Amino acid sequence: MNPGLDFSVIWDNLTHFFIGTYPNGPIGGIILTLYLAFVALILSFFGGLILGLLCVSSHRLIRYATLAVVNTIRGIPLLMVIFWMFYLLPALLGGHSAPENWTVIAALTIFTSAYMSQIVQAGIDGIPKGQTEAALSTGLHPWQSMVYVILPQALRNMIPSFVNQFVSMIKDTSLAFIVGVSELTHVATQISNRTMVYPTEIFFFVACIYFVICFAFTSLSRWLETRLAWRKAI
Amino acid sequence: MIKFQGVHKWFKDLHVLNDVNLHVKQGDVLVVCGPSGSGKSTLIRAVNKLEPIQKGRIIVDGKDLSDAKTDINQLRAEIGFVFQQFNLYPHLTALKNITLAPIKIRKLSRQEAEGQATTLLERVGLADKRDAYPAQLSGGQQQRVAIARSLAMKPKIMLFDEPTSALDPEMIGEVLQVMQGLAHTGMTLMVVTHEMGFAREVADRVVFMDYGVILEEATPEEFFRNPRHERAQLFLKEILSPMH
Repeated sequence: MNPGLDFSVIWDNLTHFFIGTYPNGPIGGIILTLYLAFVALILSFFGGLILGLLCVSSHRLIRYATLAVVNTIRGIPLLMVIFWMFYLLPALLGGHSAPENWTVIAALTIFTSAYMSQIVQAGIDGIPKGQTEAALSTGLHPWQSMVYVILPQALRNMIPSFVNQFVSMIKDTSLAFIVGVSELTHVATQISNRTMVYPTEIFFFVACIYFVICFAFTSLSRWLETRLAWRKAI
Repeated sequence: MIKFQGVHKWFKDLHVLNDVNLHVKQGDVLVVCGPSGSGKSTLIRAVNKLEPIQKGRIIVDGKDLSDAKTDINQLRAEIGFVFQQFNLYPHLTALKNITLAPIKIRKLSRQEAEGQATTLLERVGLADKRDAYPAQLSGGQQQRVAIARSLAMKPKIMLFDEPTSALDPEMIGEVLQVMQGLAHTGMTLMVVTHEMGFAREVADRVVFMDYGVILEEATPEEFFRNPRHERAQLFLKEILSPMH
């Protein structure tokens, strides 16, 4: 009986941590975690952009309706959204079961889009009003002023916030284990259940993995922040 | 070219434009002056509907701004506007600042637009700054690029809202010279400014405003030699010899 920690369980199951049961089963582990996060990131970028633009619409009805949706989503725990998708998606698909990966991606996208929309809205609000006025007075339509003048500046300012949101999302993918998606946390639970006696080592290792991935992206964000520091014109 | 007919505007309880009647004819150079808060910026911003008015009519180039059939974007393309704070697009070079609207609105090809922009930059004395970003330019240079950006749309009217107020004193001259050059081309100019030298030399008429009311409208000679209204006299005294 070894009284200390025994990390050999990690090395013995290393490929399992990284890719799950692949190639004998579906891909899992860290790779799946990153895949879920990347796909949901791309989708929620566009979701957040659309919701954010609706939030600054000049039509009051559109603005209020969008804000109501966004605030509702922000007031619900992510876990609820995942459950909700888990039961709702099959219903929407007419009884066909939805792949669990897409259940999770849909939930993450809806959840993160709501937060992204707030970043987009703040980014747009942060651009001086004179920019819009200058664009409009050269004869550009309001939408052209948004696309060619405001958004290019606003998006650049938003990059660090986007990266932070992405970091949150990587951590949030761990909730996917609740619906049986074999991402990193789920794989760790499986290994822990199978080997019985090493939960401390396993979950310490998993925490380290999340930390390393997230720290890498946080550092990237900080680097981007200094590189893209806006040279103010006025 | 620009007609104000009984124009009123309120900001909440503040009556910023009070029964303004004014006619700027084609080719006129009109200088609007007055103390700060007198409504002169609001007046000039109303011409291209950056500020909506609540009562009265503004007719620009024969088009009524309050008419629902007037395409405001189309009309704005014919009206250049130069801001106190320049408002160049910081993410674009001087050249791209100038070519954006001609390419998108006038449907010029990139080559045509860039050729025209280069000519305009030469005209404002900044041919060597075409690839500079606004942050790399001085205030006076930025304002001259901003003027070139407005001119690129070949406007019928140019509006200047305190174009030199944010500039260091040594840069005011270069901007005023460009504006003077424009006046000589016969373009219709409406200029809000405290530069009385410019008003005296270039303006056809001077309008004095206070509390949202046009108190005086005169030729520069009349206005500077013999201002009729008491507040105009006070204003001129303040601005021409601030120490006394």
